[in-house]
Parts: sequence; C-alpha cells; structure tokens
Amino acid sequence: MRKIFALVVLLPCVAALILLAAELPPYACPDNPTNNEVPARYLEKGVEEAGAINIVTDIIVDYRAYDTLIETTVLFTALVAVMLVLKGVEKQNAR
Amino acid sequence: MAEKLLHNYPYLIAALIFAVGCYIVLSHTNLMRKIIGVNVMETAVFLFLVAAGNVRGGKPPIIDLANPDVAYVNPLPSALILTGIVVSVSVTALSLALVVRIHRQYGTIDADEIAAIRSAEDV
Amino acid sequence: MPDKILREITSLLLPFIQMYGIYVVFHGHLSPGGGFAGGMVLGVSLVLYILVFGLDSCLRKIPHHLSSALESFGTLWYAAVGFVGLLRGASFLMNKGAGIDVGTPGELFSGGLIFIITIGVGVKVASTMLSLFYTLVEED
Repeated sequence: MRKIFALVVLLPCVAALILLAAELPPYACPDNPTNNEVPARYLEKGVEEAGAINIVTDIIVDYRAYDTLIETTVLFTALVAVMLVLKGVEKQNAR
Repeated sequence: MAEKLLHNYPYLIAALIFAVGCYIVLSHTNLMRKIIGVNVMETAVFLFLVAAGNVRGGKPPIIDLANPDVAYVNPLPSALILTGIVVSVSVTALSLALVVRIHRQYGTIDADEIAAIRSAEDV
Repeated sequence: MPDKILREITSLLLPFIQMYGIYVVFHGHLSPGGGFAGGMVLGVSLVLYILVFGLDSCLRKIPHHLSSALESFGTLWYAAVGFVGLLRGASFLMNKGAGIDVGTPGELFSGGLIFIITIGVGVKVASTMLSLFYTLVEED
C-alpha cells in the first residue's frame, strides 16, 4: 500500500526531471553557458597568482579561502552536535 | 527529443538515481534505510553538478607547464562540490547519532512502531 | 581462525594506507586530492584499526584528550595562518598580495601558504573521523 502510493507520487516528478534533462544545453560542448569568462580567468592566471598547478586546490585555498575556513567549522559543529546527542548534558548524567 | 536525451546521458542517469533514492526514502519504514536513501539522493546531485562542467576533449585542470595551450575541464563545479560533500558527511553523521539515541529510548527503529508507542504513552 | 587472518593482513596493509593518505595530503597542490580527501583516507585507516583490533587497543594509542586536542589544533592552525597575511600589512588570508614567496610552480614547496593550510585541513578531517567513530561506538 505504501509502495504503491510512493510510486504514484514519484512518477510525475520523474517524468518532469527527464523532460528537464532533454531541455538542458548539450553535454560537454565547449561553448556552454557555464564556460564563460570566470573559469577562463582562473585557468589563465591561477598559476601566477596563487602558485599551485592544481587549479581546484588554487580555488578552494587561495581565491576562496574564507569558505574553506567556515567549512572546517561546519565539521567541528557536527562533531559537537553528535557528542551532545549521545553523551548528554552533565546535569542529566549526575543522577 | 529522444536523441537529445541520449546525448545528455549523464543528466538522465542523475535524474534516475535521484528518483531511486526518493523511492527508498518513501517506501521503507526502517530508519536506517531512509538514511541510505538520503545518501543516494545526494550522490545524484553531485553527479549532475560535476557532469555539467565537462568539456569534450578536455584534460583534468592540472596545468602542464610544458604545453600550456590545451583545453581544460571547467574547475569551478569540482571546487564547489567539495563543500557539498562535507555537508553530506556531517548530516549523515548527525542522523546516525539520532537513530542510536532513538533505539536507546524506544527499543526499535521502525517508524510505525515508534509512532504507536508515542501515541500510546500520550494517552 | 578468520580473526587471525584479518589481523595479519591488516597489520601488513595499514602502513601503506597511511602512507598513501599522507601522500595525498602533501601533494594537494600538485595532483588531485588535497586536504579533505587525504584526511578522509587517514581517518578511515584508523577506523579499520579499531574494527579489527578492538576499541581498547586504539584508545591506548590515541586517547580521548589527544584526539580532541588534534581536532581543535586543526581549526586554530587555519585561523593562525590567516593572521600571517594580516601581520604583514595586507588583508586576512592573503597569499601573494602579502609578499610571501610563491616559488617555482611544480615543486613541493611552492604556493606559499597553500601547503601549510592543506596540512592543517588534513589533520582536522582525520581526527574528526576518529572522534565521530569513538562517540558512536562507545557504550556506557
């Protein structure tokens, strides 16, 4: 019963997603809208401005270093939340 | 339309994997299987975004200093997905911790049984 | 009997897995990988050690206070490296604009502060994996 209901709800959504996949720009074409001047500048000037030849590391550690700093605090927050859920607060453990 | 769809095959596969993940979440009552379904949906989204940056005949974006004028793959989606993967790991870890706590409290991880226990103890 | 086979093969494989993880972290600016992927490999190798040899034998090597200290060390290391750019007269987290020597691209010690930041991120992710596993497995 639950599975039939799930299928009935999902089929229109899957049909919409497949129709969307047909309307997107062609895959792996060099003049897609996503290959505008922003990646071109990172690829041209990445080595002389940041100094690493791996452009992805260049982007996440040099051009966008703030985002990676806050990313490490996201990991820290997840660990603190897991410890809080599983080990409890001090008041409750001192029964 | 079918030919255009087959030309964009990574987007089609990402949509199908997303649908499979959504079906896993909706049709099982066991909480651990729902967590696996959420992970499958996140994998489909990452596949879609990284495949959108591919260029035909491009090399991985590690600059070779000997011959610099070659077509490279778009590096931006890969850099943005790294953040997404870290968020996915954090969400999975926290939801697993919550399932352990629920099992300690109610003794079962079936969503229907937990709802029955909670409505019985509210009366 | 299967327990003995697992222990022998794990004690043969673990040094190579950790060496590979350290290689991926250290060559983050020269080949694909970087801090997050290399830190994951290191953390997962420690989880494999716990699964085969038991929780107590890993708690003897890396106790709780050491793994919390490593975790906090990773985050503070990143913030401290950011202050280097501020102290030299440019803005926070600046690499080349603050006058740090970038070196020849393609060498191991190139890129200025990128190398140092990657090591901090790798240590942090590995100790996060280990602390998460300790918290999920321990029962009291």
